[in-house]
Amino acid sequence: MVDMKPTKNGFGEGLVELGRRNPRVVALGCDITGSVMVSLFKDAFPDRFFSIGIAEQNAAQIAAGLSLAGFVPFFSTYGVFASGRCWDQIRTTICYTELNVKIGGAHGGISVGPDGATHQALEEIGNMRAIPNMTVIVPADATETRKATIAAGEMLGPCYVRFGREAVPSWTKEDDPFEIGNANLVRDGNDVAVIACGVMVYEALCAAEELEKEGISVRVVNLHTVKPIDTGAIVSCAEKCGCIVAAEEHQIYGGFCGAVAEQVVQHCPVPMEFVAVDDRFGESGDPEELMSEFGLTSSDIVSAIRNVLKRSGK
Amino acid sequence: MVNLNMSVSELEEQARQCRIDIIRMLAEAGSGHSGGSLSSVDILVALYFNFMKHDPESPTWEERDFFILSKGHVCPALYTALARAGYFPVEELMTLRKLDSRLQGHPAKNKGLPGIEVSSGSLGQGLGIGAGVALGLKIDGRPNRVWCLNGDGEMQEGSIWESAMAAGHYRLDNLATIVDMNGLQIDGEVCKVMNIEPLDEKFRAFNWNVVKCGGHDMADLLRAYEEASGCKDKPTAILAKTVKGKGVSFMENVAGWHGKAPNADEAEIALKELGAL
Repeated sequence: MVDMKPTKNGFGEGLVELGRRNPRVVALGCDITGSVMVSLFKDAFPDRFFSIGIAEQNAAQIAAGLSLAGFVPFFSTYGVFASGRCWDQIRTTICYTELNVKIGGAHGGISVGPDGATHQALEEIGNMRAIPNMTVIVPADATETRKATIAAGEMLGPCYVRFGREAVPSWTKEDDPFEIGNANLVRDGNDVAVIACGVMVYEALCAAEELEKEGISVRVVNLHTVKPIDTGAIVSCAEKCGCIVAAEEHQIYGGFCGAVAEQVVQHCPVPMEFVAVDDRFGESGDPEELMSEFGLTSSDIVSAIRNVLKRSGK
Repeated sequence: MVNLNMSVSELEEQARQCRIDIIRMLAEAGSGHSGGSLSSVDILVALYFNFMKHDPESPTWEERDFFILSKGHVCPALYTALARAGYFPVEELMTLRKLDSRLQGHPAKNKGLPGIEVSSGSLGQGLGIGAGVALGLKIDGRPNRVWCLNGDGEMQEGSIWESAMAAGHYRLDNLATIVDMNGLQIDGEVCKVMNIEPLDEKFRAFNWNVVKCGGHDMADLLRAYEEASGCKDKPTAILAKTVKGKGVSFMENVAGWHGKAPNADEAEIALKELGAL
């Protein structure tokens, strides 16, 4: 049985670790400090935590100012707000000026569940990757979220890390490599490649195992950094397998699948299928029910693989 | 070395020179924001040539005061103040808004123009940036001050009030914002487009100190800066009453000159009025 752990815990733990490594790291709270696990940092470094209240635009601006004063500020709130409410501040003040501000986008994806569409962040990857100078990371599990948070704090420049609330399989290993911009090959295979981010990487691995029984060899790539994108890893998938499925817990337009497809059509055109939310708002429900309702499970990946294999004449 | 401790009469003469630069720059560029540049230039000259702690030879000097231009569209006024103070060659002013220029239509940090702390131009963001810098300086126990320049129309942006609330909450007495109260915005009079008054009471309600002054009166501006610097436990809003287009008769108090540059003939008249020709 694989351990289950919310990726937001990885964010909170990573932030504390960063705080220990670098005294210039500070964190801002937007009222939901406990919910997004910034409370761990607040408890460990009370003098380096600043409450901003329910004011995301100002949180982004204060963070910008703190970075101008030589700090490494993190602000974190639910992804719908972190990537949406203060998008203009992120674009013009933070990214255009290339400020060293880090954004923790919590409650990413449909799996937030009962709160419904208003709180289910499904557009952040598109919102953030459209802006020049921004780095966007969607880690696969809690362990990787911890590493991604630390890496975000140690790189120079704006960075958005997306994570979720629900307990999800914690399957990556402590000693697995994590480097911003370098995808991880997590399963080798040569019939079809699944390129995924976030929780969809685990779903892809489950799909691969199921199809192995039928003799279909599935390559799985954890493309945790959406921007800057690892073009080489994508080209290798196309060259080795000849067809690709991309999978994300996010809107189908403008997000991760689109980012992968942009590279595929430019450098290595092969048939592709997308597993993503099909251009609709979320709704209330249990996380598991919603993942199934919105077509984001391993069986949806299996179907997409069968389709893309058929299109490839395999 | 440029005199950065000017007397009132020297400041007035410097401001006249800067107004001439603004007209020449805008006429050469063929576009840009005349009205607000002329309403805010005295505010900037009083800061850069008398009051603010800064070193044009060392723009990132650790002990400098930070200046954040929140109303980024009046950057011609900032550019001329910076050039005349010695941050970069005065001749470069004539590259305003041209391809490859460091003098972008709105301030751009990534172009590397000395003296620009942050990119700006999307209204409502500078006060919060200033509050963040002020908070950072407080954390480190540094004595530097932060100066922002906002527009009165900009007070309509909701994010301004988020920032005002935070600056009051954290008692950022090292932060002052000067509001260029020229009373006009693109659609017309600020009070008709969306009334912001009573602005003094609004800032006071957010736990700010408020100082009013004449925005074209150098002695009064210096008094206001002194009062802001002496205030403890509260940030200060300096409400500086100004005239949009100040110094050029046909631009004064005309909203249409907000985002318009003078053509060659208009520039000639303006330069004559300013004593340049």
